[in-house]
Amino acid sequence: MTVVTKLPYDKDYIAQFSSDRNEPEWMKSLRLKAYEQAETLDMPKPDKTNISRWNFSTFKHGTEGERISSLSELPVDLKAFIDQDNLPENLLIQRNESVAYRALSKDLEDKGVIFTDILTAVKEHSDLVEKYYMKDAVQIDEHRLTALHAALMNGGVFVYIPKNVQVETPIQTIFWQEDPEAALFNHVLVVADEGSELTYVENYFSTNESQATVANIVTEVIALDNAKIDFGGVDHFAAGTTTYVNRRGAAYRDATVDWALGLMNDGNTVSENITHLIGNGSSTDMKAVSVGRGKQIGNITSKTVHFGKDSVGHILQHGVMTGSASNVFNGIGKIEHGATRSDAVQESRVLMLSEDARGDANPILLIDEDDVTAGHAASVGRVNELDLYYLTSRGLKRREAERLIIHGFLEPVVAQLPIESVKKQLTSVIERKVQ
Amino acid sequence: MAGSVLEIKNLHVSIEDKEILKGVNLTIKGGEFHAVMGPNGTGKSTLASAIMGHPSYEVTEGSITLDGEDVLEMEVDERARAGLFLAMQYPSEISGVTTSEFLRSAMNARREEGDEISLMKFIKEMDEALDFLEIDKNMAQRYLNEGFSGGEKKRNEILQLLLLKPEIAILDEIDSGLDIDALKVVSKGINKMRTDNFGTLIITHYQRLLNYITPDFVHVMMKGRVVKSGGPELAKRLEAEGYEWIKEELGIQDETVGQEA
Repeated sequence: MTVVTKLPYDKDYIAQFSSDRNEPEWMKSLRLKAYEQAETLDMPKPDKTNISRWNFSTFKHGTEGERISSLSELPVDLKAFIDQDNLPENLLIQRNESVAYRALSKDLEDKGVIFTDILTAVKEHSDLVEKYYMKDAVQIDEHRLTALHAALMNGGVFVYIPKNVQVETPIQTIFWQEDPEAALFNHVLVVADEGSELTYVENYFSTNESQATVANIVTEVIALDNAKIDFGGVDHFAAGTTTYVNRRGAAYRDATVDWALGLMNDGNTVSENITHLIGNGSSTDMKAVSVGRGKQIGNITSKTVHFGKDSVGHILQHGVMTGSASNVFNGIGKIEHGATRSDAVQESRVLMLSEDARGDANPILLIDEDDVTAGHAASVGRVNELDLYYLTSRGLKRREAERLIIHGFLEPVVAQLPIESVKKQLTSVIERKVQ
Repeated sequence: MAGSVLEIKNLHVSIEDKEILKGVNLTIKGGEFHAVMGPNGTGKSTLASAIMGHPSYEVTEGSITLDGEDVLEMEVDERARAGLFLAMQYPSEISGVTTSEFLRSAMNARREEGDEISLMKFIKEMDEALDFLEIDKNMAQRYLNEGFSGGEKKRNEILQLLLLKPEIAILDEIDSGLDIDALKVVSKGINKMRTDNFGTLIITHYQRLLNYITPDFVHVMMKGRVVKSGGPELAKRLEAEGYEWIKEELGIQDETVGQEA
């Protein structure tokens, strides 16, 4: 198949974009090479979802956003992400492509923690970023969208936790696509050095119901030996944004990368969450919940790839489908040869709330090693009538009983999000979406 | 004021076109404890399910009224708000919904909007009931019935009974699978409800429970009907002699109903 879509921004534009930002040479050449690759690479082909007609070419690149001087200036939708009683010490708000707000506690700064927007990090921590940027986790040439991402990358954050530093308070980012046509080619790079620990939580947000744009997001989460990363994310792009989001973890020896993702986009979405369990004794617990409504089409993959011995990968995906939404959930546990005593377990469940909605759960185990444990459970169904009977027999109206069951179904991720305001915000998004 | 009256007349109930109840008559008034006994497969649990409105059961004939109101016309939740309660034999496990969250929703479902129970008052009432039933307080934060042992599920049903304070409660084999200590606690909970305003229908096939709860009336079900009624002495005789004498007296060969031969 040949690529017919013309790229909306050309090589000169990219070179200029890079020069304007005084990027180091390595980044500029990485962008230009990626652009060339994008011209020839195929689009990704998510299992059972045809994305060939999705909008990946109409968007606006290079949209700035104004700084805010205080969090009180934020619109109410965004304030909801922030714990008002306990203002976050470590927070970055990105508005379109610009940093609108940044705070990092003195304590963490003193300990050598880096928490800054990616475009600044490329300059100020060039070597460190270069060492990890699209190397260990996501490759530039995986397909056309990863290459385009690398070419047009225009935002994101870099988080680096030095050896043996334990970050007790969460690091939070809010990516605000304020301009209805602004594209986010966001790159989040989180590196936890040996023996360090952190909790990172991000929110994506837009309100463009009709104006079309693209979010092409690559997130690389790297836990070096014995490090532990808790990653929480809530995506909530409006219907106009077509999203490709690739969140990739790499866990080295005895390292852990845990995920709790609320996938609440209203626009068409391909979400890929893959963790490479590279080191012996590494582990990941991947939880994702989604609510599809309207005409949204989604393809959601959670995958563990086991290289290390005794590596543990658990996947939980729960989806609720309303309206005429159609989502596919792929759960993949892949155990490479040599990853003895590894454990790959997954559960994908889809709850259908309307006749016109579609849901599909594909459990896949690919095992190239004998001495392992693996298991999967998958189901697609309606709200259980006997559960409703039980709850309504206590006086709850049917609607209220359904509401409780739906919230309960999505609770695994809500419960795990470490910031109370983000938890509440996700709960209220769910509430609105399943109405 | 005396409590409510649940009146069941000539009740016929089918499941998947198979008739299980073939004309049950029973009246339960506030202040009365009724026990329905009988061997397995005689229609006892079907009676409980039909009263509450289980979706798999179809009432084909007869009536159920609560204080003259037609129960069969009500949705399940309306039956509950009208004052009925069923402690289920197999309560559902609801993942992700904590027991306390559910209890509070259920208590508020009976109250007017704007008159919801305050969090403080709810916690106080719940804690008292948990203590009374010797239930570990952690249970309130566990997901409803998920991973509960058989005994924990039964206690949880009685916990709901105590907090929801229905007019008429049907307890479907609340004693099955309980050890003696749990049985005592569950009985204590049921006895606590005894007032002139509370009536109950206790379904069991063990006399054991009735050592702790004294029924005012005892009914025996066979072949989908109430075939014998009496006072507490009837339960004692069943304990001593079993059901054979009733079958002989009534000329019943097979007491079960709707079972495959």
